[in-house]
Amino acid sequence: MKFTEEHEWLRIEGDIVVVGITEHASTQLGDVVFVELPEEGLMVSKDDEIVVIESVKAASDILAPLDGEIIEINEALSDEPSKVNEDPMGDAWFFKMKPSDPSQVEDYMTEDEYNKLIS
Amino acid sequence: MAQALRKTPLYDLHRDLGAKLTEFAGYEMPVQYGLGILGEHQHTRTKAGLFDVSHMGQVILRGRSYQETALALEKLLPTDVLGLEAGRQRYGFLTTNSGGIFDDLMFSNRGDHIFIVLNAACKNSDIKHLKSLLEPEILVEEVLNRALIALQGPASETVLGELNPQVKNMKFMDVETLLVSGVECWISRSGYTGEDGFEISIPATDAESVTRNILLNENVELIGLGARDSLRLEAGLCLYGHDINQATTPVEASLNWAIQKVRRANGERAGGFIGSKIILKQLDEGTERKRVGFLPQTRAPMREGVEVFETERSKDRIGIITSGGYGPTVGHPVAMGYIDSKYAQNKNNLFGELRGKRVPVKVSKIPFVPLNFKR
Repeated sequence: MKFTEEHEWLRIEGDIVVVGITEHASTQLGDVVFVELPEEGLMVSKDDEIVVIESVKAASDILAPLDGEIIEINEALSDEPSKVNEDPMGDAWFFKMKPSDPSQVEDYMTEDEYNKLIS
Repeated sequence: MAQALRKTPLYDLHRDLGAKLTEFAGYEMPVQYGLGILGEHQHTRTKAGLFDVSHMGQVILRGRSYQETALALEKLLPTDVLGLEAGRQRYGFLTTNSGGIFDDLMFSNRGDHIFIVLNAACKNSDIKHLKSLLEPEILVEEVLNRALIALQGPASETVLGELNPQVKNMKFMDVETLLVSGVECWISRSGYTGEDGFEISIPATDAESVTRNILLNENVELIGLGARDSLRLEAGLCLYGHDINQATTPVEASLNWAIQKVRRANGERAGGFIGSKIILKQLDEGTERKRVGFLPQTRAPMREGVEVFETERSKDRIGIITSGGYGPTVGHPVAMGYIDSKYAQNKNNLFGELRGKRVPVKVSKIPFVPLNFKR
């Protein structure tokens, strides 16, 4: 698993990458009440704002961590945004993407490096 | 140099009980505790929530009699102060020369004096305003040695009643001086959540012990400023600096109900307050814009600053959101703001612009939840 400074996690499953936000991020956000996901098939560039998360406190964006195509979104989050607080590292993944340049993944942190960042 | 943040008499208690603290109006205040904003909101609506609001201004106005003080204060606000009975509280607002709202406040008739509770962020300018504009015979005294807490929610009466059964006789907006855990407290049956409850002014030295005594009741949880905001929003109550300010008049803000007949045209004490010409005219003729509730038609919250349009394509905005967010009790986003008065009764979809997209929103009645006051 890889981690971004934007508190996203990337799980690599063959040639696709699953993206969510970390436990730390979900705690900081507070109770999540709304998630707006991109459309499947959308071609994105790294750092595009593609997800909006609203907590009771504020709205925040999630950036595309890689260049590529959004191939699946987690529609369950639209109906149950609170899953982001309940299981951020598991059930509450946001989208799956097919990176056009898989080597971009290597730029991100390992779990140890990420834990150091947030400690 | 940045000024050090002020602390309320309950600061140690907040630290002790796991508050997440934030800067608010120059104070270090709890924004939430362990339950989180949603949990705290729901707890207040179903049981009882305890809020530290000691950052708010507490001020005593004292002239030779209540009548003299009331008549002096009536020059600064369009409210019937003289007609308020002893032991009663009323909502009001200080006005500006252009009819705007300088601050909103609660005042009570405490027999020989008036007790005022002011917004934290405005209290210093309010006190200056009062001192410079009231006759010199009226003493303006900031009460600096008392904490202020609010106990809100349907269980409030039972909770406080266990510490002093006399509170059960109080009705909405009654004020009394009563002992709580042996400490003399100034209590009003009021609040800022839409729920029944009490606001309790306590000598600072006893504030922590009284608060801890109230917290011993299992129905009570500490509530931070985060849930205070979502609770008041659902109740349709204005937040100064957002929904009302010096550029909004009471009539635009749909606060006509707080201007009693006696101060209106043809009333016994009509006008005679700062900005009265404009405000009385607006009461008569109406205003071009009006504060209303807004109900977003999707699950996306519409927050302060979101502009409202008539159609998906129309160019000129017809309204703006001044407060908005998720309403935990409603289970849906709620908001309020201003709209061109032509649209104030509109039943059709209007559109709020969210991140460049036009999202449907409807004008709505406020409050969004039933008010549970003990009348």
